[in-house]
Amino acid sequence: MRDGEPLVRWVWIGDHLGELAHYTGVHLRLGLLPVLFGLIISVPLGMLCHRWRWVYPPTLTAANVLYSIPSLALFMIFVRYTGLTERTVMIPLTLYTLSVLVPNVVDGLASVPDPVRQAATAMGFGTVRRVVQVELPIAVPVVVAGVRVAAVSSISLVAVGQLIGQGGLGYYITRGLQLDFPTPIITATVLIMLLALATDALLVLAQRLLTPWARGKGAKA
Amino acid sequence: MIKFDAVSKNYPNGTTAVDALSLELAEGGITVLVGPSGCGKTTTLRMVNRMVEPSAGTVSLRGRDIREVAAPELRRGIGYVIQHAGLFPHRTILDNVATVPLLLGWGRKKARKRAAELLELVGLPATMAKRYPYQLSGGQQQRVGVARALGADPPVLLMDEPFSAVDPIVRGELQAEFLRLQKELHKTIVFVTHDIDEAIKLGDNIAVFRTGGRLAQFDTPERLLAHPADDFVAGFVGQDRGIRRLSFVQASGLPLREGPVLPVTASVAAARALDEPWVLAVDAARRPLGWAAVAGLPVGGTLADVQLAPLGHTFSLAGDSARAALDAALLSPSRLAVGVDAEGAVAGVADAYELSAAMTETTTVTPATADTPATADAAVAPGATPGAAEAGEPAGEPGEPGEPGNRPVDGGAGAGGPRVTGPAGAKGGEGR
Repeated sequence: MRDGEPLVRWVWIGDHLGELAHYTGVHLRLGLLPVLFGLIISVPLGMLCHRWRWVYPPTLTAANVLYSIPSLALFMIFVRYTGLTERTVMIPLTLYTLSVLVPNVVDGLASVPDPVRQAATAMGFGTVRRVVQVELPIAVPVVVAGVRVAAVSSISLVAVGQLIGQGGLGYYITRGLQLDFPTPIITATVLIMLLALATDALLVLAQRLLTPWARGKGAKA
Repeated sequence: MIKFDAVSKNYPNGTTAVDALSLELAEGGITVLVGPSGCGKTTTLRMVNRMVEPSAGTVSLRGRDIREVAAPELRRGIGYVIQHAGLFPHRTILDNVATVPLLLGWGRKKARKRAAELLELVGLPATMAKRYPYQLSGGQQQRVGVARALGADPPVLLMDEPFSAVDPIVRGELQAEFLRLQKELHKTIVFVTHDIDEAIKLGDNIAVFRTGGRLAQFDTPERLLAHPADDFVAGFVGQDRGIRRLSFVQASGLPLREGPVLPVTASVAAARALDEPWVLAVDAARRPLGWAAVAGLPVGGTLADVQLAPLGHTFSLAGDSARAALDAALLSPSRLAVGVDAEGAVAGVADAYELSAAMTETTTVTPATADTPATADAAVAPGATPGAAEAGEPAGEPGEPGEPGNRPVDGGAGAGGPRVTGPAGAKGGEGR
């Protein structure tokens, strides 16, 4: 770092507000869409694992192996097919969420008390209806716990996508390094952390509103 | 109504849950399936709504093989209550109760209106409608469970140990409430319990199962207590079944004598003149006040001046059972039970010997009915015998008091002190 260069030049931030907002939007899209896609994959996969327990161990292993592949390697693999696009970033990030979301869906379904499941069957719920109207809603608190972890890690991972030019706010980190200019690096880092925190807070709030029935859990029974 | 025809349930691991069960349950009555754990009672219950499919034999409901109906459709017409209520934690109490009407496509408004009625029926305040199950006590949850089972007004209710998970006091309340409801609703109820006291209290008919899924006896509670089919049933019913069957004998039939009864205004001399060890003082309306020990009376004055010994408790000819009468005799300082009429006035007294002699007469059943303690081969609800319900008793049992569906007479306390009778005394001797 050059002598006399402050950590943060506030003027720079003021000059780049519009651009920062744009990259923040891109960053959110790149970070959160994979969580959504991951959820769309994990719910049926988790239901499958819950229904046929023997499916679960190999599925979980596969998800964990995927998670262990360095993101850089995955980007390089997908670049061949999807080029330097946002998709190349989102596909690996989606795959990463599975190692958190699948077990949470399975645990969530397992958290449905047996008497509840039996009562539903005995009252004349068909299998599909029972899963959709009874089991999945009861699984929500556990699933949301997984979504929180997945969302936070996904948002922080997006920056790595800058290696193929699709890193959201990660752009400022590489730019700052190239220019030996700390302001954009610090600004982007703080913004990414704030995004993660805000997303987490929103998910907590959403869960409160979505599952008012779960509030007393643990206190009773 | 519900008929099991040579029904068996075998599992692949070789266990037999239910073994060649033939049983016919009467319409509009409470049939209790009772037995030790692993006797197949719950399996039997679950075969009625196809939660368990029989390995052999047929179950029919109102003459129709239940396999002819799709399982979900069949189940919507059969109420089901389980031990831990099994309420949906994510739905409000009102929506829990509205579940089956909603499944039947009644529409939200109509279903909720029905649910509100049902909450009232089971004695829950309307303020609970918007709450979630976790906000309710165990007993309240169980009431909601019953309300939910009644959702679409099904003719049949299956209840699997519904009152086992609550404390004894709440259980007693729920049982009483349940009997009150049944009086109103006349559902055909199959009730599973491992508690013989509960079976006797609630059942119109009781099916006792033994381990291995075999029916040991199917009979009315009175007959089960009086004539257990074998040692297993006798052991299961318990040591003190002689005492407990007195619950089915009305106190009104007991012979009482006038006894040493004097108005409290009578003189001490008059009390001595009766030549009895104890004298019962009564007020102007002949309501009992207490016992006076003649040996301890002062020289002069009236009974009003004397410190009276408490009554223990009295029994009411209007509502109590012979069990309450016998208990009253045992607890009375004079060893005389005081019977009172509906107004609380003394009707007469009797000691334990006199009472037991009378009970022997009234409860003896001629052994000519050896065919009746039904066994697994051809068990038909005693109450379902054609004409039996109207006639009072099947022929050949002239001595048997009461209707086949008789319940223990559970009248209020008499005019005396707190009642000390009750199932508490029976707990120790249970052969489980």
